Amino acid sequence: MAKQAMLLQGNQACAFGALAAGVRFFAGYPITPSTEIAEILAQELPKVNGRFIQMEDEIASMGAVLGASLANVKAITATSGPGFSLKQELIGYASMAQIPSVIINVQRVGPSTGMATSPAQGDVMQARWGTHGDHTIIALSPASVLECYTLMIDAVNMAEKYRTPVIFLMDEVIGHMREDVRLPEDEELTIVNRKVITNSDQLPYKSEADGVAPMSIFGEGHYFHVTGLSHDETGFPQNGGDVVKANIDWLNEKIDRNLDDIIRYEAIDCQDADYIIIAYGGTSRSALQAKILLEKQNIRCGFLCLKTIWPFPYEAVKTICQHAKMVVFPEMNCGQLVGEVRKILPDKVVPFNRYDGQLMLPEEIAAVVENAVKEGK
Amino acid sequence: MKQLRLTGSGGQGIITMAIILAEGAVQAGYHAVQTQAYGPEARGGASKAEVIISKEDIAYPKVRQPNIVLAMNQEGCDKYSGGLRKDDLLIVDETFVKILPNTEAKIIALPITTCAREKLGKELFSNIIALGVLGKAMQLLDKETLEKAVLARVPKGTEEKNSQAFAIGWDLL
Amino acid sequence: MRDELKPYFRENRLPHIWCPGCGHGIIMGALARAMAKMDIDKKNTAVISGIGCSSRATGYLDFDTLHTAHGRALAFATGYKMVKPESKVIVLTGDGDCTAIGGNHLIHVARRNIDLTTIVFNNNIYGMTGGQYSPLTPNGSKATTSPYGNLERNFDLVQLAKGAGATFIARSTVYHVNQLTDLIIKGINHKGFSLIEVVTQCPTNYGRKNKMGSPAQMMLWQKEHAVTKAQADKMTAEELKDKFIVGLLHQEEAPEYTEQYAKMVANLMGGDDK
Repeated sequence: MAKQAMLLQGNQACAFGALAAGVRFFAGYPITPSTEIAEILAQELPKVNGRFIQMEDEIASMGAVLGASLANVKAITATSGPGFSLKQELIGYASMAQIPSVIINVQRVGPSTGMATSPAQGDVMQARWGTHGDHTIIALSPASVLECYTLMIDAVNMAEKYRTPVIFLMDEVIGHMREDVRLPEDEELTIVNRKVITNSDQLPYKSEADGVAPMSIFGEGHYFHVTGLSHDETGFPQNGGDVVKANIDWLNEKIDRNLDDIIRYEAIDCQDADYIIIAYGGTSRSALQAKILLEKQNIRCGFLCLKTIWPFPYEAVKTICQHAKMVVFPEMNCGQLVGEVRKILPDKVVPFNRYDGQLMLPEEIAAVVENAVKEGK
Repeated sequence: MKQLRLTGSGGQGIITMAIILAEGAVQAGYHAVQTQAYGPEARGGASKAEVIISKEDIAYPKVRQPNIVLAMNQEGCDKYSGGLRKDDLLIVDETFVKILPNTEAKIIALPITTCAREKLGKELFSNIIALGVLGKAMQLLDKETLEKAVLARVPKGTEEKNSQAFAIGWDLL
Repeated sequence: MRDELKPYFRENRLPHIWCPGCGHGIIMGALARAMAKMDIDKKNTAVISGIGCSSRATGYLDFDTLHTAHGRALAFATGYKMVKPESKVIVLTGDGDCTAIGGNHLIHVARRNIDLTTIVFNNNIYGMTGGQYSPLTPNGSKATTSPYGNLERNFDLVQLAKGAGATFIARSTVYHVNQLTDLIIKGINHKGFSLIEVVTQCPTNYGRKNKMGSPAQMMLWQKEHAVTKAQADKMTAEELKDKFIVGLLHQEEAPEYTEQYAKMVANLMGGDDK
């Protein structure tokens, strides 16, 4: 069952998804094209005993989110490229101190101010490597308004479950378009809450069997220390090489060991396909239409839509695409995520890129396949 | 599938019109996608909003081949009425659109803003009048469904006037 | 350590990392004494710091402690206090942390009047990085990055906080440790944003470069250059030239932001029930 059909904007659905996931804190700074998310949460959060604050800058918003999360409240922020750049240091802090948080980035054209109201997917590698130091990250990318809702719930759940910052990588196409959705009923949703420490004898940074440590919550009388410095299981600074390495290994492993739970994708007609188009976010819409156009010409074309882009689903992409003659990867950038496919399918993958602030046309993507068919590739 | 392109100057309520249309379509059981152009695409006084209404899922969200173009000003008409074919429709507000393009499509020219001014005392209602015209012309949604969508969107206290505006538009055609 | 102070320290984390003669330990001691005197509810208190020498204090205090990133203590504290308006939040920060990289947060937290007690360890220098000038390094002073004397004008932190709307502003020194303890108690009890600037000495990176003598001589300098408001009122501009005023310098009542927000929430939620 699902709720009645309604028309929603991507940014709206994203805000509603956050509320459904149990988010009760938002701090942000106005920036196009993400502002609707802040506006809706400013309106809705106080009605459910949540807190909204418009901070003085992007960095402050990220700081406030982490401060709130330490008090055991699900906390998120939303921004776009320029703000995402400014938030990077504290995203690293969240990673190091293992503070659950979701950072929504509704991508626009960059670098710098770029084009505020035009879509791009230029922050894909920044989502992965934007903050300094070795760390891992989860980044999810919705391809529809419905996914802005459902995948947002997944993003909050993963942040809580793995005690990690999660990047919700949208783009202006998905953020600003409106389409009909039937949201799932609340009872159908799975909501995950972080594990918390219940007595002061537990170590706040000691991994349990599932690879995650229960979180020390402020205000419970445990008197734990939280720092961005390299630290040991007690949470206090430690410079010993073994401890530093073990900590970095842990940050990576808690994600890498749970790929089955984290990786999401949708494969349509890929099994016997001669050609496969891989896409994520807004370009998925052009890619799916391109697949439909090719089908009409009796070209066997599959479509692989990636929802989890980090950690990159190497295994899934390899398994699904290895029999195809050619894999086309359209992106609204100069070719970013395609590099990951090149690592596993170097001879098959062909990038298709547009970075002029326009969503690419389905015909443009289809033409890449049509030409290959003509040339007998 | 119906692909609609609405254009006019900023402040004419083009986007609101598109949202109402899409909401009406959803209420009537269709799939609908609504988008708009910002930035350079919309520069120079011609904003654009698009709606696709379909019984099937809609993949690509932008209009590729419009069936109906509604132009509320001259610049929008000049810029966005291209590509219309024989059985398509171009609706213009003749209050502002004085020069009609060469097109195979059927043209409907109506004094939409003049009507708003004369019958309701405010140009503000011209988009809802236009919506009435468009709603009837597209022959997809019934009057009641669309009127309900109008009333759900407009500011509280303005329902009666907007209802009137919608009826005026519906009867203008 | 005196028994009554033991509950406030993590003794296993001591000794601290501060240099011999550094004033920071005196400030941390004053804070602990203030907490002991007011019998602070430990469970309901969080101590939050930024980065730098001052901000290492959170590691030694036995509370829920948060050692954030450079300049961001007030931003983290704002988020925390929004969610826990009933808790006492104490922010420990330095002159560079608070007024340079964190300057934007300072003025806005003061403007919003969020109930945080902020203690600024002002040693006029970036100590941890080895002695670079900060916005509170006096004009003319030497630092590793102002080898020919600081050309920049320094902030008057009290005036800055006042201009930004802080509702409790005090200044003291590590020499005036009893006054400092008393001001910290008043600051914690104040409902709203309180800022306490503490003049402290960095013999290693500031004193030596500016020929201020031993740590004891630097503290005597504090004694000789600090004047009360009452004294200052009787002094000429010429006499006041190299002096600074200590004591409670400004206090006013104003709506506190997180409390206002909680009230708005209560109204909205009450409204839903009706």
